[in-house]
Amino acid sequence: MTGNIVSGNIDAVIAVNRFGLGAKPGELTRANSDPRGWLIQQIKGARSTPEEVAKLPPAAEVLQQYFAAQEARREAREEQRVDNNSEAARAQKAIQGVRQVLVPIYLDQVAARYRIAAATEEPFRERLTHFWTNHFAVSADKVVVLGLAGALENEAIRPNLGNRFVDMLLAVERHPAMILYLDNQQSTGPNSQLARLAARRANQERKIGINENLAREILELHTLGVNGGYTQSDVTTFAEALTGWSIGGGRGRLAQGEPGKYIFREAVHQPGEKTILGKLYNEDGESQARAVLEDLAKHPSTAKFVATKLVRHFVGDEPPAAAVEKIAKAFRESDGDLPTVHRAVIELSQAWQASFSKFKTPNEFVTSTFRALNFEPKEPKQIAAPFELLGQRPYTPGSPAGWPDTASQWDGADALMKRVEWSTAIGQRIGSRVEPLKLARAILGDALGDHSRTAISRAASATQGLTLLLMSPEFQRR
Amino acid sequence: MINRRHFLLNAGVSTLAVSTLMPRLLLAKAETDARFVFVILRGALDGLAAVPAYGDGNYASKRGELALSVSGGEGGSLKLDGMFALHPSLVKLHQRYDASELAVFHAIASPYRDRSHFDGQDLLENGTLKPHGANDGWLNRTLATLPSSRVHDSEKYAMAFAQNVPLVLRGDAHVGSWAPSRMPDTDAETLQRIADMYAGNEFFSSRLQAAFEADAMAADSGNKSDDMAGGMKRDPLGGVSAIASAAGRMLRETNGARIAVLETTGWDTHANQGAERGLLASRLAALDNAIDALRSELGGAWKQTAVLIATEFGRTVAINGTRGTDHGTGTCAFLVGGAVKGGRVIADWPGLANTHLYQDRDLKPTLDLRSVCKGVLAEHMGVTEAQLESKIFPDSRAAKPIAGLLRSA
Repeated sequence: MTGNIVSGNIDAVIAVNRFGLGAKPGELTRANSDPRGWLIQQIKGARSTPEEVAKLPPAAEVLQQYFAAQEARREAREEQRVDNNSEAARAQKAIQGVRQVLVPIYLDQVAARYRIAAATEEPFRERLTHFWTNHFAVSADKVVVLGLAGALENEAIRPNLGNRFVDMLLAVERHPAMILYLDNQQSTGPNSQLARLAARRANQERKIGINENLAREILELHTLGVNGGYTQSDVTTFAEALTGWSIGGGRGRLAQGEPGKYIFREAVHQPGEKTILGKLYNEDGESQARAVLEDLAKHPSTAKFVATKLVRHFVGDEPPAAAVEKIAKAFRESDGDLPTVHRAVIELSQAWQASFSKFKTPNEFVTSTFRALNFEPKEPKQIAAPFELLGQRPYTPGSPAGWPDTASQWDGADALMKRVEWSTAIGQRIGSRVEPLKLARAILGDALGDHSRTAISRAASATQGLTLLLMSPEFQRR
Repeated sequence: MINRRHFLLNAGVSTLAVSTLMPRLLLAKAETDARFVFVILRGALDGLAAVPAYGDGNYASKRGELALSVSGGEGGSLKLDGMFALHPSLVKLHQRYDASELAVFHAIASPYRDRSHFDGQDLLENGTLKPHGANDGWLNRTLATLPSSRVHDSEKYAMAFAQNVPLVLRGDAHVGSWAPSRMPDTDAETLQRIADMYAGNEFFSSRLQAAFEADAMAADSGNKSDDMAGGMKRDPLGGVSAIASAAGRMLRETNGARIAVLETTGWDTHANQGAERGLLASRLAALDNAIDALRSELGGAWKQTAVLIATEFGRTVAINGTRGTDHGTGTCAFLVGGAVKGGRVIADWPGLANTHLYQDRDLKPTLDLRSVCKGVLAEHMGVTEAQLESKIFPDSRAAKPIAGLLRSA
């Protein structure tokens, strides 16, 4: 009944399911002859912008639309204040307009992300894209980030997968999504030109000062890690160094630069030399924080922190110290060259030992389902829906720490039941078009256990069989 | 000038709130019907916004445009006493205060003294002195100390009202979890087959079993579809009122849950925090409504309930350069419920003068959050002092349980 399925060896199953995004039918066969080589091919060199991404508006354009919607809202409010009757309805509409402008952009970005994930022939590279986006997380539940989170992935992460960590770091920290998410655009040095000007005015209403959010999260989450050896004073001083890293546009005195694009605003920068992590930085202006970032990228704590996260992602929830040290060493010795670091992950013996050590996140579960079923998502809203239902709305980790990467954060009883419900719905929608057992062998090969095979083979219908396959322990893990 | 030792205990108690554990407390009979709810506010709630210390001479100047007025008029803060008030959004909590069912704690913090959300939350939940100091949470460890006659089935007894179990409830004892669903139910036959497929696989089978039980309880104790309709109504905390209502129904049942955890995010107000109105005000209103929804669903069981509301740390006293506040240390916490001896603010107020701030920037913590947790677990849940110090909150001898937080004690 099962026919002559070419089933993969266990290494191929690991390559396509743990390193990749879950097998598409046929992929296991392609990876079978040389699973490691199949992965290595995917991380070499640069790639042209994916077609799906090229269609999306760049961050600056999104922000210009956001600014325009805000401006319309401001005018509408003014109108409403002046004339409470005739224009009131129109004005009310404009007030609600900001989200309405951004939601379609957000949904298009989500759709592009998962169309690529569902179809890509380079799923390891795409998994790394998702990994780094999550490392440098912004969250679209902050309105201004709604249309920018996908842009961060496409403009700062994707183009730098073939470069060094420092290149990605600099691209991220200068990206409007990160600057706006962590509130750096108005962070103002207490001795900056703007602050001194304001101080000369008698009735200064608004307090002018720094916001340390971006500096703290760069140290804690992007580079050194929370125990990486920095103090509160390093945070504050680094925040001062970062003053001026901002976004073009603005009104009145603040009008400067191209709207929506990164600019350095000299007028709000805290001048003077600064000591951060025991080192004196006497650069001027923008180059000061840049020099700090370059040093952070070289710091051994950064190598260790990044290595720990990679090993947790590819080996298991409790990263073995030896594996972490191997990756950290590759990071240090290659000056953070990402292809070198990613290749070291492929070469980790621990990543090929225990199969199914990782419980899939909802993102991984849904993506691997799309791939297994050769699903071609069309309507953007439909693409986003399952991720939200299962508790992982795309680009919305809710905090700059990103989504958690351990089973205990995802394996609640209720979360499992939500997966059952969604798998049932998928079974009902698509099940009649697939042969569940054949599909199971095509994507899980020899790794499909007896229990699951029996359950799927005895299913009352193809619909139910597909639900069982999607809920099998082998498919729920990678 | 503020007296540094500003104690506010309107019940006429003149001793220190943090007293040594009295023998009386050890003898307090734990009620098997006691309900305990822990509400986690993730993101660091600004304690000086939720509970403004308007009577502190430095409050208005330090807070600048974030200072709340206590005019008594429409939209003003809701007075608690001569020193503290509640944010104007916390109308219903204020009513609980007037009914002597709300105790407010201020200048309080967990033992965590750095400013990482993620480590701060980890420590708030793991109950040790270090981030990642334990892989389980203090409420899960509490379960093991309760007599088995009370905890027949830990998956029913303790519930996380979230898809996934927060650390505070993770650990050796299996606990339940529940969150509203918008998907159609899976038919019983398919569920049975999935259960059969999981036979022998502890990881999957235990979770599936727990989910069955939670769903059964949700279905028994209320109308699930009502809940779904309401559950997805957008509030700034993501439908927390509907989740609180569901929790109330499950806690109300004779054989229902007795320990529940709810979590909310969105308290990390670095920019444009707002004062009487705005970002933080709308979140506080959602929290206020959620607690009221919990109370109303609990019905008579509210009398046996204590709800602890806490956050990982506070925010800077001063406003930052973007009309918000950065990560700080001391903050506020709330204990509310029909079982709570409330109507008072418990604080050893450090003052807001520069010299009194923690590291020149944060509200100085003078009260250990563990003292509140331990007091509640001891008097409300009947946990012994030995268990509290050796197991639930290791190395917490210095954080003595606060006695007399509950009416029965």
